[in-house]
Amino acid sequence: MMTNAEQVGWSREEMARRLALDISNGSYVNLGIGIPELVARFVPEGRTLIYHTENGLLGMGALRDPREGDPELINAGKRQVAALPGAAYFHHADSFAMIRGGHIDLCVLGAMQVACNGDLANWSTGEPGAIPAVGGAMDLVAGVKSVYVITQHCTKEGQPKLVERCSYPLTGRGVVDRVYTDLAVIDVTPEGFSLVELGPQARFEDVQERTGARLLRR
Amino acid sequence: MIDKQIQGPAEAVADIPDGATVMIGGFGEAGSPIELIHALIDQGAKGLTVISNNTGSGEVGLAALLKAERVSKVICSFPRTANSTVFPDLYLRGKVDLELVPQGTLAERIRAGGAGIPAFYTPAAVGTPLAEGKESRAFEGNEFLLERWLRADFALIKGRCADTHGNVVYNKTARNFGPIMAMAAKVTIVQVNSVVRPGGIDPEAVVTPGIFVNRVVEVPAPAHESDLVAAGVTYP
Repeated sequence: MMTNAEQVGWSREEMARRLALDISNGSYVNLGIGIPELVARFVPEGRTLIYHTENGLLGMGALRDPREGDPELINAGKRQVAALPGAAYFHHADSFAMIRGGHIDLCVLGAMQVACNGDLANWSTGEPGAIPAVGGAMDLVAGVKSVYVITQHCTKEGQPKLVERCSYPLTGRGVVDRVYTDLAVIDVTPEGFSLVELGPQARFEDVQERTGARLLRR
Repeated sequence: MIDKQIQGPAEAVADIPDGATVMIGGFGEAGSPIELIHALIDQGAKGLTVISNNTGSGEVGLAALLKAERVSKVICSFPRTANSTVFPDLYLRGKVDLELVPQGTLAERIRAGGAGIPAFYTPAAVGTPLAEGKESRAFEGNEFLLERWLRADFALIKGRCADTHGNVVYNKTARNFGPIMAMAAKVTIVQVNSVVRPGGIDPEAVVTPGIFVNRVVEVPAPAHESDLVAAGVTYP
């Protein structure tokens, strides 16, 4: 067992930085709400990445000074952002033509559950009394070339988010390519979850214990 | 002579009847035509079906229209946001119906409505609960869902500038649903910071051509939803 849980693995910022390392130069990338928004801060040196936000902007960057924000220049999480040199604005049907039409190389999404067959659940717990809200996630996973998930390895209650089969309503079937958690980077392969890299101080056995399906070493 | 300029928001929305279907532009507060929505609240139409991406925040704009119980059904992709309590409360009390639509499908249904395409196939939502009851078909070995167009009696949208012919340019990410809603409604009403004469907008820069716009209203300094919410403003 891990005894000093707070010292094991990556912080949210480190997870976002680790993911950004895997995005190749010149990619068009859509960032979802939450931890995915952090990825925009960590473009590796020497690379140009074009960030897409579904509400109508290519060339999104972080605001350098909050006082320069504009309530009409926001990201999918409705936070104020900057439009970088070379940016473009467009309407929603064009934005989702980029997504559904296969023009976006990669999207980065949060998750409630990811199954070892690549199924993703990230929009509803399906509980009575929950207000369902889907946003653009179903369009993204259906149309974007690669889908990366970035999420804590377990829920706040300690339940695994990487599971054998999703118990929550699906966002898409067999859509996830890779998962970045605080403890590990894990590929979704035809054989199931496959470890790519362990986070700092994380041990394989501990990560397996916190994963709801078999984790392959490669 | 064509002159689509209307004096004020109240006059622009005066003929929206009870039971109308109204598209309302905006993604969060960006592009939300708050002054037109407030005029619609003052006007009193009820039993409305609202097509909009979100359901507003605080108790101003779209959230205020809901709070006043003028809306019987919402067609949207994301009915909650930070500071959004009005819709969840009404929905849980059974006071408003919800048709939840993936955001890209919502946009394409509106675009299709404006373009005269009654239905189309999309890969979004295949294999999910939102596919239930929908016709599906395989193309090139993959499954797609049949989705119907969306059209409306009225669209309320927000731009930065329009000319009196109804040509519109927008402001940054406030463009979002404006151009497609303008196409999909019988009567499109646009509020803009400034109205100019024909020739005042470079034809190369026009985003929504005037053929899609019926009424233009000048609102020189529109309120921002987040400012109103932060100040604790409620409407009316």
